Amino acid sequence: MTQVNRLQGGLISRDRTLNFTFDGRNYQGHPGDTLASALLANGVRLMGRSFKYHRPRGPLTAGSEEPNALVHLRSGARQEPNTRATVTELYDGLEARSQNAWPSLKFDALAVNDCLSNFLTAGFYYKTFMWPAIFWEKIYEPVIRRAAGLGEISFEDDPDVYDKGFLHCDLLIIGAGPAGLSAALTAGRAGARVILAEEDLRPGGRLLAETSPLSDQSGATWAERVRGELVAAGNVRFMPRTTVIGAFDHGIYGAVERVSDHLPQPEAGKPRQVLWRIYSKRAILAAGATERPIAFANNDRPGVMLAGAMRAYVNRWAATPAQDVALFTNNDDGHRTARDLIAKGVNLAAVVDVRPNAPKVDGAALFAGAEVIDSSGRLGLKSIRIRLRNGETRDISCGALAVSGGWNPNVHLTCHQRGRPAWDAGIAAFVPGDALPTGMAVAGAAKGDLSTAGALSGGAGAAVQALRTLGITAKPPDLPEAEDMAVSLKPFWHAKGTKRAWLDQQNDVTVKDVKLAHQENFISVEHLKRYTTLGMAIDQGKTSNVGALSVMAELTGKSIPETGTTIFRPPYTPVAMGTFAGRSVGKEFRPTRLTPSHKWAEERGAVFVEAGDWLRAQWFPKPGETHWRQSVDREVLATRGSVGICDVTTLGKIDVQGADAAEFLNKIYANGFVKLPVGKVRYGLMLREDGVAYDDGTAARLAEDHFVVTTTTVNAVLVYRNMEFARQCLWPDLDVQLASITEAWAQYAVAGPNSRKLLQKIVDPAFDISNDAFPFMACGEITVCDGLRARLFRISFSGELAYEIAVPTRYGDALMRRMAEVGAEFDVIPYGTEALGVMRIEKGHPAGNELNGTTTALNLGMGRMVSKKKDCIGNTLSEREGLNTEDALRLVGLRPVDPTNPVVAGSHLMAEGGPVDAAHDQGYITSAAYSPVLGHSIGLGFLKRGGARKGEILRAVNPLEGVEVAVEVVSAHFVDPEGEKLRV
Amino acid sequence: MIINHPILGPRDAQEFTYLGDANLIDRPDWRAENAIKAFHDYLHLRDNPAGEHRELWFHEQGDRSWLVVTRDTLTHEITSVELARDVARERGRGK
Repeated sequence: MTQVNRLQGGLISRDRTLNFTFDGRNYQGHPGDTLASALLANGVRLMGRSFKYHRPRGPLTAGSEEPNALVHLRSGARQEPNTRATVTELYDGLEARSQNAWPSLKFDALAVNDCLSNFLTAGFYYKTFMWPAIFWEKIYEPVIRRAAGLGEISFEDDPDVYDKGFLHCDLLIIGAGPAGLSAALTAGRAGARVILAEEDLRPGGRLLAETSPLSDQSGATWAERVRGELVAAGNVRFMPRTTVIGAFDHGIYGAVERVSDHLPQPEAGKPRQVLWRIYSKRAILAAGATERPIAFANNDRPGVMLAGAMRAYVNRWAATPAQDVALFTNNDDGHRTARDLIAKGVNLAAVVDVRPNAPKVDGAALFAGAEVIDSSGRLGLKSIRIRLRNGETRDISCGALAVSGGWNPNVHLTCHQRGRPAWDAGIAAFVPGDALPTGMAVAGAAKGDLSTAGALSGGAGAAVQALRTLGITAKPPDLPEAEDMAVSLKPFWHAKGTKRAWLDQQNDVTVKDVKLAHQENFISVEHLKRYTTLGMAIDQGKTSNVGALSVMAELTGKSIPETGTTIFRPPYTPVAMGTFAGRSVGKEFRPTRLTPSHKWAEERGAVFVEAGDWLRAQWFPKPGETHWRQSVDREVLATRGSVGICDVTTLGKIDVQGADAAEFLNKIYANGFVKLPVGKVRYGLMLREDGVAYDDGTAARLAEDHFVVTTTTVNAVLVYRNMEFARQCLWPDLDVQLASITEAWAQYAVAGPNSRKLLQKIVDPAFDISNDAFPFMACGEITVCDGLRARLFRISFSGELAYEIAVPTRYGDALMRRMAEVGAEFDVIPYGTEALGVMRIEKGHPAGNELNGTTTALNLGMGRMVSKKKDCIGNTLSEREGLNTEDALRLVGLRPVDPTNPVVAGSHLMAEGGPVDAAHDQGYITSAAYSPVLGHSIGLGFLKRGGARKGEILRAVNPLEGVEVAVEVVSAHFVDPEGEKLRV
Repeated sequence: MIINHPILGPRDAQEFTYLGDANLIDRPDWRAENAIKAFHDYLHLRDNPAGEHRELWFHEQGDRSWLVVTRDTLTHEITSVELARDVARERGRGK
């Protein structure tokens, strides 16, 4: 038999054997085992190496508070570092490897650090590696990072899916131990909607690890029966393998359900984990308690573990860490471990109780008033040294030592809303304070009720009370009889000595380190934590915080509550990054918005660019075109030469209706709209209240009381939000309604001298769109393609004769295809955002580069548009003196003196022969493009007193790219400055 | 957090966009003599109380109501939620 330390009984299924490997060696276990229990059953105590000193380590606990037994689980892309062997459910084929050890767990080269411990004390990295500075980044840090550390990540993409979900309940019960189960039974029978979350795979909590009965049945049997009733009731959702990780505002809790972690890999279609957001009206925290160790010299050897954990291994998992064990305790609960070990036939070599009046033990030697002061055994415990009451020392050989220093209630979630725990001298532990998160009550061991009977009645009572506040009447169920032992404990934190005694095994923090921190004046608990790293990392100090506080208290001569406690923050246990990300990974990180003719553009081989959440066609390469400029130049020339079509669906569209619609637009645009006639469109500029321009677009008046407003693509949401603010908060009595219709209409710019001819082929004959009937800046509701409703706007961004036509979204694709078809005789081409950009720069139209959050209407050359005769957002502060100085920036055009030179956006404008520095900055170039019409580069920019400087030669310098070009100041309107093309 | 919308009932705060101090409703008179100073103060000067705070939230992923939420900045307790339009009218805003 390989499972040399397997005992009788337990909650494991011996009818099946599971094969697994640890560091490449084969072992067997059974369903119900954890990795830690199965390794212990196989006689393996050594499971890891410590963080800093690479000391051999074995499990300290049997739960999620484990600081030592951290392993790499699985391999390849599914490899997961820092997995706690104590909560890893065994499955057939499980693969685990130790971490932080090289070349092997048994012979770890960096164990040399242990001999250098005098140099590696608290804060060593602040002191030892100060000089020279360059060494820090190049040598010290990489070396330290390699030496100190835990697991390694796989550097491969996680192949599994993580999900998010939302749940609602009257009562959330956190923990399905005796308190949680009795609360759930009470609330379930009262008909309340209950969620019972349990981090373990089965209900029972501590009942699963204890032998004392509930009336005539075992605790585990009772828990199973209660689970059966709860699940059958239908109003209780029992969630095993679910850890509540945080208590947030207003009764909202976060929980992680490990749906597939107990399987080799998730079943098809199932996520690995789910992050739940639970909305609860009331919550009961029944999270139990965590045992704490007593520090003594070399107390970190594999085989030294908490007494309650050893009891759990023996009772629940039928595994003992060794055949000869000893016990070290300061309280009566520790004696339960002695009793249960003896009952299981394990040889108990000694019971060491610090209390002189310790209770008698049958079947083991009792050393009352004694302490464990040291241990030996290189890779696992071989013996302990005890100091008797009379001062003599004695060595006792044993392969494991159970240690109990008392139990700390799991108050963590009570602190997530800034609550501070309170000290209870009766059990020498922190219990929940008065300021609990809204709607939360605490019951059972988490509250400091450490007996089973107390937990059962406390849970039921808390449920009755919580439901009463919701108007639900509940009565406590008949509860089974259970042990009701009072806590009997003598506070004892560490055995005095000169050797290293570990407080925090995860971070290798010893009593000495705390003393050193104190000597160096780190008096606050928060400073102590950061200087020594105590209480950090995976276990967050669940077994070490109170011990460290006690040492601090001793050093400062204060009591423990006076010394303070650190704040607990979410998450309660570590959560994988993938769980927080859920499905928001890769392309799904945010939504991708596609226009109705996206597929058509794809068929044409379009190259797409992101614009906000949208994908827009950037250009449409034709066969033979190898450089984007070839495509863009062609698209510009074809549009200006005949006709081109551009998808402008992404522009924001807002429907504005009501008797006061015109008055409303007058307030949100800097320029006036009241006098705009029906059937006309007007350009509009929007300012922020501080006078800076932030968006522009058009407003088309379709009727007296009906406008359609367009915004830029990326500001669509913001403009709509601001318009609602103006409507509801500033002018609440205006008769006006708003609706976002961006996604209701597909819209296309049709531009070029043949644009009207093309449109005449699809616009129904009843509508006359000739120049006389439908002049520049006209708009109207029409029909196309034999009856399809559409909206036509004669507006132009390119400077050509141009229109924008809108049809209901579902017809966008068909309209695009029809226009391409009927436009064939004019050699119509689609053009993308690059050609759009080139043409608007040629025409001198400002866009996002010019409306960059720092520029005013005056800077943009639109100062006169801002009405002084009306109230509108931003007009008052646009008159601020500082925005209206003589040398204010003005929008200008720029062209290279040597036409073969480029114009580079971002370049700054400096005087010829003058210095190139910030003090002599004259302005900057915002947009630049190669103009295929002019045959050279052109730019738009802002220049001080730019309006009066045409013809001046300036230096456009770009030190970042090492470019300097002589440029001439010209009109921003490079093409058709008089706008004649627009009106034909 | 949960915001108890006066029309829609309790909604998750994730559905909302936060703006800030509800005093942004009290936009100054543009014709006043000291209008620039008044607008400057309106736009840039805010109290930063540790405690009760009246603030504007926009139900962007919902019915697009602007709300005035009274929230304790220390505890996040919300004691009242009103339609901003009603508050604006109470404070004398109209057309």
